[in-house]
Amino acid sequence: MGQVTDDGIAGRVIRVLAETQHLDVSTIRAESTFEELGIDSFDGINVLFAIESEFDINVPDEAAKQLRSVQDIIAGVETLTAAKAKAAQA
Amino acid sequence: MPRVAVTGLGCISALGAGAAEFWQSLVAGRCGIRPLTHLPAGQLQISIGADVADYDATRHFEARRLAMLDRYSQFALVAAREAIASSGLDFANARNGAARRTAVILGTGIGGETTLDDAFYQLYAKGNPRVNPGVIPRMMASAATSHLTMEFGITGPAFTVTSACSSASHAIGQALWMLRQGAVDIVITGGSESCFTLGTIKAWEAMRVMAPDTCRPFSRDRRGMVLGEGAGVVVLERIERARERGAVIHAELAGAGISSDAGHLIQPSESGAAEALRAALDDAKLNPADIDYINAHGTGTAINDATESRALRQVFGPATPPVSSTKSMHGHALGASGALELIATVLAVRHGVIPPTANFTERDPECDIDCVPNEAREKPLRAALSNSFAFGGLNAVLAVRRVDP
Repeated sequence: MGQVTDDGIAGRVIRVLAETQHLDVSTIRAESTFEELGIDSFDGINVLFAIESEFDINVPDEAAKQLRSVQDIIAGVETLTAAKAKAAQA
Repeated sequence: MPRVAVTGLGCISALGAGAAEFWQSLVAGRCGIRPLTHLPAGQLQISIGADVADYDATRHFEARRLAMLDRYSQFALVAAREAIASSGLDFANARNGAARRTAVILGTGIGGETTLDDAFYQLYAKGNPRVNPGVIPRMMASAATSHLTMEFGITGPAFTVTSACSSASHAIGQALWMLRQGAVDIVITGGSESCFTLGTIKAWEAMRVMAPDTCRPFSRDRRGMVLGEGAGVVVLERIERARERGAVIHAELAGAGISSDAGHLIQPSESGAAEALRAALDDAKLNPADIDYINAHGTGTAINDATESRALRQVFGPATPPVSSTKSMHGHALGASGALELIATVLAVRHGVIPPTANFTERDPECDIDCVPNEAREKPLRAALSNSFAFGGLNAVLAVRRVDP
């Protein structure tokens, strides 16, 4: 996977990461780990706070502890937004 | 160097009112963590805490006086009354001059949180444009200290120390050093906190450090900390003075060690904690081998308990003494925790009983210590330490030595 530029979930996640961590969007790739991006555990909590607001979702604490990379966040957001859409239909 | 005695103890916490009930609960491994029934459960992800349940302020204070007392100040006064009464000191007798030669040094993380929360709720949410004139004097972080001086007519130095979760331990360390310097003859010291407002709990939830089930320090399946509230107050004086007046000496407050991590606002550091442990031993003129028990900071978060365990190993090596976290029972009472835990440590040394780490299930290889799981242990204790390692890397360790009657 290379640079992500779309306005889908991946693009929005990367934009939120760039904004909260004051990073250049072009430096963030889906496969980037938090470690590579210089994101420590508390930075990660702030990122999730912004992600929850962006997508109007709640990331459970236990799931949050497993996140290590941008791809992990994208996958988690996809799961949670799909569950939210399904709940809305029900 | 003058030695300093602990001659009075008082506390209120999730384990009830009074040092006797507190100690009995700790020895029994009774956990004070329960559902928070007075907060709107629908808005909470974390709905447990170690609050002071069944607390009736009107049993302790006249209605007229309550108008100026935040819950955190009430707790401080309840604990101070017990500590001073148990010490046998009588500040009402002005002829002995004690009131001028006594200091009050209390710690708190925030101060009058419930007052501020109520006032701003009225203003922002209810649209009430008028704010009660008592808000500022109730909420200020030094209010409890002022109330204590006024109730007992204590006119010596009085101030409040704040360093998040280490506040009370910093206050008590400062008290020890003022007594050694000879600046005063007696110090009333400790800490108080009352943090159970919706806004505060939500803010703690947001940090993702809170356990949804219970507090299991050093357990492999620990899921975080559980907030507590309350106050602990101790009376300190030089040991010769205590002996001259025939006071009960619970133990000696032998030393204090203070350091800062200069690291991260949230993540603890092994080296900063180890530095405070060594400083406390040096200040108390104790060797690591003299310590028979350590009351841990032991919050129950993954990172604190592992980091603290490594710091203890760094200082004590293979002979690390038994370590327990009483936060498993009284919760993390923030600015009061150092005082509650010093009282636990003093009583452990006095009675030769190590209170357990409650709610323990499974050993964690990341926490390579003997955490005295679930059951108290009888053992003569020559000396013990009480650890407080606050957010922002502000560390304070207190050293206690047994005094034989």
